[in-house]
Amino acid sequence: MIEEKTQSEHSKPDVVTVEDVTVRFAGDSGDGMQLTGAQFSDTIASYGNDLGTFPDYPAEIRAPAGSLYGVSGYTIHFSSHDIYTPGDQIDVLVAMNPAALKVNMRDLKKNGVIIVNTDTFDRKNLELASYKENPLEDGSLSGYNVYKIPITKSTLETLKELNLPLKIASKCKNFFALGVIYWLYNKSPELTLNWIGDKFKKNPELVEANTRVLKAGLYFGETTEIFNTRYEVKPAQLKKGTYRNLNGNEAVALGLVAAAKRAGLELFLGSYPITPASEILQHLSGMRQFGVKTFQAEDEIAGIATAIGASFAGQLGVTSTSGPGMALKTEAIGLAVMAELPLVIVNVQRGGPSTGLPTKTEQADLLQAMFARNGECPVAVVAAASPSDCFTMAVEAARLAIKYMTPVILLTDGYIGNGSEPWRVTTIEELPEFTAKFRTDPQDFHPYLRDENLARPWVKPGTPGMEHRIGGLEKQHIYGNISYDPDNHEFMIKTREQKIKNIENDIPELEIIGDKDAELLVMSWGSTFGAVASAVENQVAKGNKVAFAHFRYLNPMPKNTEAVIKSYKKILVPEVNMGQLSKLLRMNYVIEPIQYNKVKGTPFKAFEIEQKIEEILKGSVR
Amino acid sequence: MSEKAETKYTAKDFSSGIDVRWCPGCGDFSILAQVQRSFPQLVGVEKEKIVFISGIGCSSRFPYYMNTYGFHTIHGRAAAIASGVKTARPELSVWMATGDGDCLSIGGNHFIHLLRRNIDINVLLFNNRIYGLTKGQNSPTSEHGKVTKSTPMGNVEYPVNPIAMANGVEGTFIARAMDVDAKHLQMLIQRAHLHKGTSFIEILQNCVIFNDGAFDNFTLKEHREDRVVYLEHDKPMVFGKQKDKAIKLDGFTPVLIDLNDGKHSINDALIYNEKSKELAYIISQFSDNPAMPLPVGVFLDINYTTFEDDMTAQIAEARKKFGEGDINTLLKGKSYWEIN
Repeated sequence: MIEEKTQSEHSKPDVVTVEDVTVRFAGDSGDGMQLTGAQFSDTIASYGNDLGTFPDYPAEIRAPAGSLYGVSGYTIHFSSHDIYTPGDQIDVLVAMNPAALKVNMRDLKKNGVIIVNTDTFDRKNLELASYKENPLEDGSLSGYNVYKIPITKSTLETLKELNLPLKIASKCKNFFALGVIYWLYNKSPELTLNWIGDKFKKNPELVEANTRVLKAGLYFGETTEIFNTRYEVKPAQLKKGTYRNLNGNEAVALGLVAAAKRAGLELFLGSYPITPASEILQHLSGMRQFGVKTFQAEDEIAGIATAIGASFAGQLGVTSTSGPGMALKTEAIGLAVMAELPLVIVNVQRGGPSTGLPTKTEQADLLQAMFARNGECPVAVVAAASPSDCFTMAVEAARLAIKYMTPVILLTDGYIGNGSEPWRVTTIEELPEFTAKFRTDPQDFHPYLRDENLARPWVKPGTPGMEHRIGGLEKQHIYGNISYDPDNHEFMIKTREQKIKNIENDIPELEIIGDKDAELLVMSWGSTFGAVASAVENQVAKGNKVAFAHFRYLNPMPKNTEAVIKSYKKILVPEVNMGQLSKLLRMNYVIEPIQYNKVKGTPFKAFEIEQKIEEILKGSVR
Repeated sequence: MSEKAETKYTAKDFSSGIDVRWCPGCGDFSILAQVQRSFPQLVGVEKEKIVFISGIGCSSRFPYYMNTYGFHTIHGRAAAIASGVKTARPELSVWMATGDGDCLSIGGNHFIHLLRRNIDINVLLFNNRIYGLTKGQNSPTSEHGKVTKSTPMGNVEYPVNPIAMANGVEGTFIARAMDVDAKHLQMLIQRAHLHKGTSFIEILQNCVIFNDGAFDNFTLKEHREDRVVYLEHDKPMVFGKQKDKAIKLDGFTPVLIDLNDGKHSINDALIYNEKSKELAYIISQFSDNPAMPLPVGVFLDINYTTFEDDMTAQIAEARKKFGEGDINTLLKGKSYWEIN
């Protein structure tokens, strides 16, 4: 039980300033760990720390309590300087049960802090977690700072007078843990208290219960003497501006709404729910006041087909999905290529193949995005580098789709889709200008006339005098009639190819970070950015000669790609797949990159990339 | 008709002028002609507001021959693409041309969900009970036992009944026409246009090459009146050259009666009610029953709100509640902080 101590009896613990901390909340999938983590990260963000988060949860909604595979975790890395990742190793682990402890120990730093809910360490739970002995008693945790707290009992004790059903009362225990952490990091619970008030406003009893438990956690930290140190992480020196915490899926939704507004279009999303992309559909379905129409289709094919219909009708058609859904959409992508209609296809990648690892991350759909279609069927492909970059790249995808009358595939993944970081809020006025132009002049109009970018005219049905037909059959150049003419077919294939190639004149060049004169260049794409950026920064700080270039545009690649590649002796390409970017580089630029592949459903850690860089620099790799 | 409504258009205005490439004698020619003849009379629609969407198959070439906006899409997906068009732009008059394979086999899922959503799209199903474009395989409406190129020993599947299917998935306007009855088809096209919500017309269409005469048993001029019953709302189900045959409902069982047999009179005939889903289902079961006449006309015409109207209403409601959305406020979100 809680040690009974009065205010006057306890001494104030030391406050230690640290630069950078990683905390992980872990428990059963029904323990509310995702919510707890999100609350903590919002609070941390409001203090002006830079941060990165990584929610990691099982596919089972409520896996059997106490099981190893049912463990859900939420990691928050926060710092007083710029950071790019949710942290390699964790400083503080909050383990709500033995399984959570077991699963997460491998990520915990030596001498790290473990806060455990001792009430769950009974025989049954220990067995479920495959512990032969109780790790809290057998000395196996002696290298760590273990804080044993009876979190369940303390929660129930706190709520005794409210006479809540046991099931409901014990559900509040995550807020006890959160309270303890707020105390430990010297943060005010205000934001969370407001959230509780808002969330449960229809149920005052739950407001009261959760408020009491959160405060009880804080007071526990304050009153008991089990912690001898509190930590302080000073605010980061972020660029001036307005900030918010943003995850990748919400960023995509916001980017699409902003892009449609910027282009002067209505936004239409056709989508079928799929992990980990469903959040995009959910966010956009709550934006009716912006004129957003969401169509939860009967399947993935109808998701993209309705979006193509909306684009044909003159709106910004978008579909969102993950890998298996992409596979189903491929024929329709071909139609949009042939009909030359703007379309944004968002693939929040997950572990594959087939159903694969729905809740885990992977970057293995790059080649699918590039090539998975029948015929010669080029589409533009872009990829977001971080949670907040999802906003920028969603806007870019829309801009290119409209300007070049083409489908554009935006690749994100589960890691950055669910992960969050502070985002310096952009206003619509700061976005690049791109107003959609509709042709209304019937004089000399033909549906497959082309502008200087090779884009064909976009005509809204309803425009008088411009009735015309398009479709998936090969079209005659300019006139758009069905054509089986051999020369015309080859000409149209080359024209569609060239149109996508022309985009290279419209996108930023590759930027070199780190030591420009290095022999080794690290090249990455998508969500690997954070780990590689941290690794290269650390290596350069150590005096090692290494440079870094990151792809956000995969098709076409930036114009200077070849020049960049050819000016480095060695190219290292870390990817969360078996080497898909490496294949493209080999194919396009005839080089032999050093592959570094990891396909475990988890993102790279910065130290892994650093080790690889050091190996190469020492000459032990090639 | 003596009094023709004054219209801006003639049938010719709806012809795109390109060569029509169906086989000589194909039932599709008649359907195209009836659509082009009916469209000048569509109430309150300008030509540029009309959009034809199709999938793949002989029937799906249809949009190319219409001088309207048109989109010849991919196999089975016409219903989904049309749904996107109509949801995005409810002011357009959206039509879908599809075949029995396109609509009921590869596109069956989209067809089901189009009907249940009740999006105001007019679906013309060209049902010839065979795959024509791929040269003669069985379709989802081919009869059991039928010999086709892919069923040389006879079809081992049972056909779907498109009218019953449409009713089962909550269609609100369900009708059947014959390619050979021009006036009746024109009337149904007008009714489909006037109906708010998804309108579904199954058109029995003869494939002269691969399934010639599929409907002759009912539709041949010399015996059509004796073998086809035209459904009319609030009117008795009477048919026959001499108007001497009728349908009577015996409990839930429809029976054929002879009005001249001395035992029955016109008062025994079932009064058809196109507002009744139950009746529509019972009558739809006549299909493929050789003892019964072929029912054509409007099986069902009922009203629910449409998907696109509900969507538009939600947008209006959200704007009333939250005001016209300010994008910068949205981007900033509810919890933000300033760094100075």
